[in-house]
Amino acid sequence: MTCENSGCQCGCSNPEYAELDAVMGKYAKTPGSLISILQKAQDIYGFLSINTINYISEMTGIKPAKIYGVATFYSQFRLQPIGKYLIMLCKGTACHVNGADKIEEAVCDELNINDGETTKDGIFTLNNVACLGCCSLAPVMMVKSESGDETFGNLTKESAKKVLKEIRQREAKEAKAV
Amino acid sequence: MKVIVGQGSCGVASGAKKTAAEFEKKIREKGLNIEVSKAGCVGNCYLEPIVDIYDDNGGLTRYVKVQPGQVADIVETHLIGGEVAVDHEISEIDKTFLGKQKRIVLRNCGMINPENIDEYIAIGGYEATKKAITSMTPDEVIEEIKNSGLRGRGGAGFPTWFKWNAAKTAPGTEKYMVCNADEGDPGAFMDRSVLEGDPHSLIEGMVIGGYAMGASEGVIYVRAEYPLAIHRLETAMNQARERGFLGKNLFGSDFSFDIRIKAGAGAFVCGEETALIASLEGERGMPRLKPPFPAQKGFWQKPTNINNVETLANVAWIIANGGDAFGNYGTSKSKGTKVFALAGKIKKGGLVEVPMGLPLKEVIYGIGDGIKNDKAFKAVQMGGPSGGCIPASLIDTPVDYENITKTGAIVGSGGMIVMDETTCMVDMARYFLDFTRKESCGKCNYCRIGTKRMLEILERITVGKGKDGDIELLEELASKIKDGSMCGLGQTAPNPVLTTIKYFRNEYEDHIYKKKCTAHSCRELLTFTITDKCSGCTLCARKCPVHAIKGELKKQHEIDQSICIKCGKCEETCRFDAIIRD
Repeated sequence: MTCENSGCQCGCSNPEYAELDAVMGKYAKTPGSLISILQKAQDIYGFLSINTINYISEMTGIKPAKIYGVATFYSQFRLQPIGKYLIMLCKGTACHVNGADKIEEAVCDELNINDGETTKDGIFTLNNVACLGCCSLAPVMMVKSESGDETFGNLTKESAKKVLKEIRQREAKEAKAV
Repeated sequence: MKVIVGQGSCGVASGAKKTAAEFEKKIREKGLNIEVSKAGCVGNCYLEPIVDIYDDNGGLTRYVKVQPGQVADIVETHLIGGEVAVDHEISEIDKTFLGKQKRIVLRNCGMINPENIDEYIAIGGYEATKKAITSMTPDEVIEEIKNSGLRGRGGAGFPTWFKWNAAKTAPGTEKYMVCNADEGDPGAFMDRSVLEGDPHSLIEGMVIGGYAMGASEGVIYVRAEYPLAIHRLETAMNQARERGFLGKNLFGSDFSFDIRIKAGAGAFVCGEETALIASLEGERGMPRLKPPFPAQKGFWQKPTNINNVETLANVAWIIANGGDAFGNYGTSKSKGTKVFALAGKIKKGGLVEVPMGLPLKEVIYGIGDGIKNDKAFKAVQMGGPSGGCIPASLIDTPVDYENITKTGAIVGSGGMIVMDETTCMVDMARYFLDFTRKESCGKCNYCRIGTKRMLEILERITVGKGKDGDIELLEELASKIKDGSMCGLGQTAPNPVLTTIKYFRNEYEDHIYKKKCTAHSCRELLTFTITDKCSGCTLCARKCPVHAIKGELKKQHEIDQSICIKCGKCEETCRFDAIIRD
């Protein structure tokens, strides 16, 4: 199989990675592009599996160990799949001073998971993040999903739980409709 | 007439998109021909969503906290009736928030639509770039920046002209102009605001800097956590390219310059310039020894200059208005203005740009209007994880590089987190150490292991297991980490601990020897008791997860301290304020 991308020299032998190949055609031979490639791969597949890392290694000639080293250095990269909704709970200074720990407690309590974990139904993943930059609305969390990012500010234990409950209800409705 | 809805990240988080959609809907319903546009953040984050209405003569009416429910009234009264909808208008007091500032970096934030280059050009945009390229030599540009006294706004405060000159005089033809937009300090968001609200001023700064040092390629290293900023920057760069402000032979000269964006992947240490370069090259973001400095050997071993967003956003203004005009603001050594991100326990939080040298008090009380719920001001944290806490007794300190450094904190990137009497200073130190410990790249032993050991000590102090000698041990470790670390992260990581020990040693001692947290914040050191205000409603007893509260109906209850896990549920549920924490 040859790549449809004009100018691509990647070889593109694995149909499973067709979407990634399109991106790699652009980056594979440009030095210093590893982080950009990993970002695109994560965008497409949601996380970086061992297979994806091996495939990127084959295509770029960079050793898997090195790719793994880069992937684990940066907090953005995930080696495990995540839930449909990614909760990014801000732990910045302003949020800390304004009670981010209590919000985390409420979220953990509501979802029955800890930082970095995913709920059993695969709907939520909780990630604590360093700072979302909305400090005057502290405490803050961002909920990332396919339908976009939504930021919630001036949270209380109750309002944080309410946000999650509403998403749960919406999901349950959709599941029923299907 | 024109309606502008502020849509920076904080505006959007407060519901600005819904407000804008409601305006569009109502305007359509009423058959009006009025444009609804967007702008970045004006800085009064506590008043979001903010809506500006410009009449045909350019007069401005500002409405604040506009939720969709209030839109109908504003449309009816203002857009149709031509009267100001006074109920929603910004108050006189809130107007002073902006009135006391001097805006150079934020001059256009919240004023123009960042996704429309015409609005930027209409207010004189790209004139400075044209002036620099067509009528000044690179040396003259550097001289003008030197004259202005501009220093790096990212933290270290290094003179900008010196860096540009070093890159210019470095041998080689291929050079790089890099912008550090990896705003990683928790509690600072001025760079985000510039990127989202006025991306063209950053592009201008980069083009002018590139011209001065002889670079033809610019790279902006942006945090991946700022998706809106990346989007607006890309839009702005495309528009600038279409107009010939980026690309080949700018303004008919033989100078060519273009910019690309590189999204960071989340590592605080990448704010350090050699780590940033490693990350740009696709490696783990680990710093290396200097020299050679990036000005000699940087990106791909070529001469590279790295400036912070806020620094570059000043450049076009300086070229347009002259270095002297910039130098008129500020103090003799710290010239110009500085943007501060005012947050924490403050009444009016947001972005504040003031001339350097203004007393802290003026910023916190004059502009920020003091402490939330009128509690007592305890300290302000400046400089993020590399900075320190400045106590209430030093509130008259002028805010400039020299005076803030004297206190043990640093100006840093400009985060100003205000703390009140309920913030525990030992816990703050623990918080920052937890952050630096996680973000240490691990290259230097002292930073990697030392910060962990310090964190462990702080953790045991906050849970009441502190030991005699812990404070001295912290001080010893702090000095070793400072000496034994290669880059700024490790060298400054102990600062939050050292400044809190310096100014709040009594709090450390209370934790260690009396097992008490003066701020009533460290959970393990609290004692909850029920006072005679208790009406005996039994609510707390029913809510207590460990059944530690006993008592009869309509009689004062009591907490069994041997069972209590100090979760605070009783305090939250009590409607009579009968439960006190000590």
